[in-house]
Amino acid sequence: MTVARTTRTRNTPTATKPAKPAKKGTRTKKSAKNRTPAPTADTGRRRDLLEGMLRIRRFEERCVELYSATKIRGFVHLYIGEEAVAVGVNEALTAEDAVVSTYREHGHALARGITAEAVMAEMYGRTTGCSGGRGGSMHLFDASRRFYGGNAIVAGGLPLAAGLALADRMRGQNHVTCCFFGDGAFAEGEFHETANLAALWNLPLLLVCENNRYAMGTALERHQAQTDLALRAASYGMVAWSVDGMDVEAVEQASRRAVEGIRAGTGPHFLELRTYRFRAHSMYDPDRYRDKAEIESWKSRDPIGLLVDRMRENGDPVDREFARIERRITAEIDDAVEAAEQAPEEPVETLLRHVTSAPSEAVT
Amino acid sequence: MTSATTTAKTTYREALREALRESLRSDDRVFLMGEDVGRYGGCFGVSLGLLEEFGPERVRDTPLSESAFVGSGIGAALAGMRPIVEIMTVNFSLLALDQILNNAATLLHMSGGQLAVPLVIRMTTGAGRQLAAQHSHSLEGWYAHIPGVRVLAPATLEDARHMLAPALADPDPVLIFEHGSLYNVSGELDPRTAPADLDHAAIRRTGTDITLVTYGGSLPKTLAAADELAVDGISAEVIDLRTLRPLDTGALADSVARTHRAVVVDEAWRTGSLAAEVSARIAEDSFYDLDAPVERVCSAEVPMPYARRLEEAALPQTADVVAAARRAVD
Ligand SMILES: Cc1ncc(C[n+]2csc(CCOP(=O)(O)OP(=O)(O)O)c2C)c(N)n1
Repeated sequence: MTVARTTRTRNTPTATKPAKPAKKGTRTKKSAKNRTPAPTADTGRRRDLLEGMLRIRRFEERCVELYSATKIRGFVHLYIGEEAVAVGVNEALTAEDAVVSTYREHGHALARGITAEAVMAEMYGRTTGCSGGRGGSMHLFDASRRFYGGNAIVAGGLPLAAGLALADRMRGQNHVTCCFFGDGAFAEGEFHETANLAALWNLPLLLVCENNRYAMGTALERHQAQTDLALRAASYGMVAWSVDGMDVEAVEQASRRAVEGIRAGTGPHFLELRTYRFRAHSMYDPDRYRDKAEIESWKSRDPIGLLVDRMRENGDPVDREFARIERRITAEIDDAVEAAEQAPEEPVETLLRHVTSAPSEAVT
Repeated sequence: MTSATTTAKTTYREALREALRESLRSDDRVFLMGEDVGRYGGCFGVSLGLLEEFGPERVRDTPLSESAFVGSGIGAALAGMRPIVEIMTVNFSLLALDQILNNAATLLHMSGGQLAVPLVIRMTTGAGRQLAAQHSHSLEGWYAHIPGVRVLAPATLEDARHMLAPALADPDPVLIFEHGSLYNVSGELDPRTAPADLDHAAIRRTGTDITLVTYGGSLPKTLAAADELAVDGISAEVIDLRTLRPLDTGALADSVARTHRAVVVDEAWRTGSLAAEVSARIAEDSFYDLDAPVERVCSAEVPMPYARRLEEAALPQTADVVAAARRAVD
């Protein structure tokens, strides 16, 4: 992977096959003779990546249960299978950087450090939720973490992200704005308008396309004339890479390089992360449009499983760690559910709050 | 097959699907396009099975490009086709507003009468399913503001089944708004029902003491309110506008002349709403018939909240309609 202006990826796997593991430049130099190498400096870092991904996975599995129990409602879009993207990208960002997300944003929010408690309370529509119960699953926000949602209009977050990046630049702050969106967003004019503007104005913008191959029920090749997304992004004159989105370390590494490039002033960067959602588009989707075999082949490259395998190869005490992390996360989510159950609902008298920043004059 | 004399059990969703099927069968200029209308079967399941029956040319999945596919529907209509374009919800239609307002509604006028646009656009509207602010608003009143388009709001199984054919026969653009809470409504549908009359409102219940004016997803709530009022001996007439543009103002005036009181029920926000227009018409046309000020029951002036209790509080409910009617009658 070179930092050329327009690195191309025509030979990356396409269509229905899972992406091949990314080739790593830095961490593949271990001795071939050493079958069970001693734990390395990567051990702790990999454990953190694992924990980040497991938290998202288990949180969402609980959401499925709670949805079935009608505790949470509305549209709920699961991220299961895509965890390496949120966790890997977030590793490259600082607390000062900004994140703009979509309606499939539980993973982004949790990776960003919004607590399971605040997200769960939001799913419950409670006042303690990260959007005070006004947003629900699709509209998670946390200004203190520069997490700007939570946009349910496909591609709707892209212009917003450009504006955030512009403001940071104009104020002389060396921050990066990271915008997540799906492959479906590539068909919207707003993606193209934003890419053009960001490149034209050299904005510090990281465009992260989560290519999970489907826009609801419509497969990539049925919604894009040119399915090489990095090629198209590159056509706007920005650095564009395709990365194995199932390999959290590959995602992290590419994100770090992109963010470094952006901070160095080389303008917007585009990452296409080739990933897959293991579940249906939303809780309402019977998922009739995908092959079982296709889903299974992608599941064989589960980002959590891939990392665990690598940790084992590395000689990390991964099984013990895994159980420990699992226990911690279970407790965390149990507490979050418990807190959400107990949290107050906003009284109806405050219905008109937050319509404007001025104290609301009840316009009824 | 049901015989011509018996009614058939169906749902609003199935009635819409049957209407689509009939129009696709009877006119090969007709095709359906929109996001996920094909493989997925329609975001709300309306077009389920039509892809298998008519193939991907005539039941056409589009990319997420509201402006592009609504615009291409306009072009196809200009070229002699009869496209039915589905937009998932009225919220997303705003991305295509330019095409609808600046092209579909104005080409005929701008071309000096040369370019008619026989296009049908269907979309969902309304709240009640905890989908929060970007999936729940009722903006059909905005479209009813635009000259050059016809705006329909089927509230019953009959209208769901029988509005599409006359809409396709209309030489100008027709927008059909389907309230999301109606898709699962089921009932008996008379198979003999004729094409819907797109020019007139329908009296869904006759009454003598007060006129309740509504449309779309608020019709069931308004009929329930009329039932409650009847218990108190208040006889309410319920008018379903059905066509939001052009408004059947004659039906309003006739009813108010009989009842002398009116309540307008509209799920949109009160400010600048269709309810404002209806109230103004009643004031203009029926001022001397009125025995009380016109009452309005609309949504609270707030982006629709996700939390169930708040959403319910924001929406017009049967009890609000009953209370407004009692105020008018007292
Ligand atoms: C402007 C707009 N059009 C349609 C929709 C309905 N919708 C919600 S998600 C979705 C699929 C988007 O796919 P993609 O961008 O690939 O993201 P993914 O869901 O795969 O993460 C669609 C069509 C929407 N929310 N916004």
